[in-house]
Amino acid sequence: MTQTTLPPVEKTQPVSSPRGTISDRARAERKLGWLLAGPAFVVMLLVTAYPILQAVYYSLFSYRLTDPENRSFNGLSNYWVVLTDPLWWQSVGVTLLITVITVAVELVLGFALALVMVKALASLRPVVRAAILIPYAVITVVSAFAWQFAFNLTTGFVNSWFAWLPGVSDTTDWFGGTGTSLFVICLAEIWKTTPFISLLLLAGLAQVPEVLQEAAKVDGATRWQRMWRVTIPNMKAAVMVALLFRTLDAFRVFDSIYIMTAGANGTESVSFLAYRQTIARVEIGLGSAVSVLLFLAVVLIAFLFIKGFKVDLAQARGDR
Amino acid sequence: MSTRSKVWWIVGSILIIVYCLFPIAWIVSLSFKAPSDISNGQFLPTDPSWGNYSTILTGAASDLFLPALRNSFGICLIATFISCILSMFAAYAIARLDFPGKKLILGTALAVAIFPVISIVTPLFNLWRQIGLYDTWPGLIIPYLSLTLPISIWTMSAFFREIPWEMEQAAQVDGATTWQAFRKVIVPLAAPGVFTTAIIAFFIAWNDFAYGISLTSTDASRPVPAALGLFTGASQFEDPTGAIAAAAVIVTIPVVVLVLLFQRRIVAGLTNGAVKG
Repeated sequence: MTQTTLPPVEKTQPVSSPRGTISDRARAERKLGWLLAGPAFVVMLLVTAYPILQAVYYSLFSYRLTDPENRSFNGLSNYWVVLTDPLWWQSVGVTLLITVITVAVELVLGFALALVMVKALASLRPVVRAAILIPYAVITVVSAFAWQFAFNLTTGFVNSWFAWLPGVSDTTDWFGGTGTSLFVICLAEIWKTTPFISLLLLAGLAQVPEVLQEAAKVDGATRWQRMWRVTIPNMKAAVMVALLFRTLDAFRVFDSIYIMTAGANGTESVSFLAYRQTIARVEIGLGSAVSVLLFLAVVLIAFLFIKGFKVDLAQARGDR
Repeated sequence: MSTRSKVWWIVGSILIIVYCLFPIAWIVSLSFKAPSDISNGQFLPTDPSWGNYSTILTGAASDLFLPALRNSFGICLIATFISCILSMFAAYAIARLDFPGKKLILGTALAVAIFPVISIVTPLFNLWRQIGLYDTWPGLIIPYLSLTLPISIWTMSAFFREIPWEMEQAAQVDGATTWQAFRKVIVPLAAPGVFTTAIIAFFIAWNDFAYGISLTSTDASRPVPAALGLFTGASQFEDPTGAIAAAAVIVTIPVVVLVLLFQRRIVAGLTNGAVKG
């Protein structure tokens, strides 16, 4: 992962001095480097590494904020409580479902948007680009409200607009059941984040060499074949970056669920579960355990991606 | 391109525009609905009114909304400013200087960027209570740095790589020190990149909900997204939908203005950091 997104430093890197003979200038440069980058580095560690270590510590205690005197060390039993609770597995299932559905749809839809943007007329392009940035820039809470109000029984218009669809009527309560609630949550998430994916894919499309397209065309490849055999393999790196970022982002889903259902009807995600334990129930110990597990899940996903990534990268480089 | 495929691409473009703007149009339309109109089951209001806007700006909900707006602007601007300053120096070092640990810094930024916010909220909630940062501006500005700093470092290093560094060398040949070359030559060249990074960082801070809802409890520091989540109507018997819609429109205006003014830069900023290389 780090390799694919690292800026190509070779271009601007000054020639380093031979090993063993660090000149005064190189030493000064090294010092200046850490002097300039150090503060940002330290702040990043302070705002993340420190809290997560604190969370690991808290997670080993039975600790409720309303009852601080009875704080006691109880080892890993918080983790045992969480992992044996069906609520936890329910939230993991919901989170995974939302992640898989939204990322899959966004990838396909984002690719379609990117293709249209490439081909859009020069006069329309700025308008399309501005429009596409708007879902990205709109606050997630606002987007969640917009979708919630649209489907809501009393405030919405969806039921009256789509009454002709089988299963939809004036009294369809979208937020009354798990499936339909998740459907609307996914719609909101997809609307909000597809543009970001499409911009990353658009940048990837721009990197596919035009020569290859022409060559394939001359060889008689159809439009469809060119898409699958030339375009997509050549933008694998961009696809993977978009996938990684969106998967991790989707896995942390919180805002939309809080606004749209507040976790009702079994729509609780892992993030929401952690929030509810800590902030609403002030069970610091249990909440910390959920937070640590969420963190580990994200690390695991990132690790799986990076492992898959290196292979893809090697292939992409071998192709050229 | 043949005329027929041209027409198709135009239709495609229009579909994208509708897709992107439709929910926004809906929330705007909703914000103009009078209470009697809210549940009319239609997209448009039958009799548009400014009632919801006066509720949140001068009426009953203004006590909740206006302080939140002030908090959001203040906290987000300060967080954006701090992370831009810090990442400006870091990105310069990463793009320009040769020193060990460069990869470590970029790797850390990436790790922080994928960090689940809620995992930080839990310990901070308790810690902030103990040291008195709960429900204060610094209590939000500090965790906001975890959102804005990584993307700032990545985006800005990507921009800084494209700066013509020969000019810096030329300045150094003319007798400028490394620091002078940075300040007099590079800063003016880097300003557009820094500015774009600031916009993106601001978007991210402005969007935050998890920290806002967890680490605040009063209008001393509660930002707008969190306040929206707590909205009730003018009286407890009134439906808050219209007021929420009006507040949502108001907080959307700044981002729409930024998008319209700087769309080209924002796209470059978003894609540079992630895809190139």
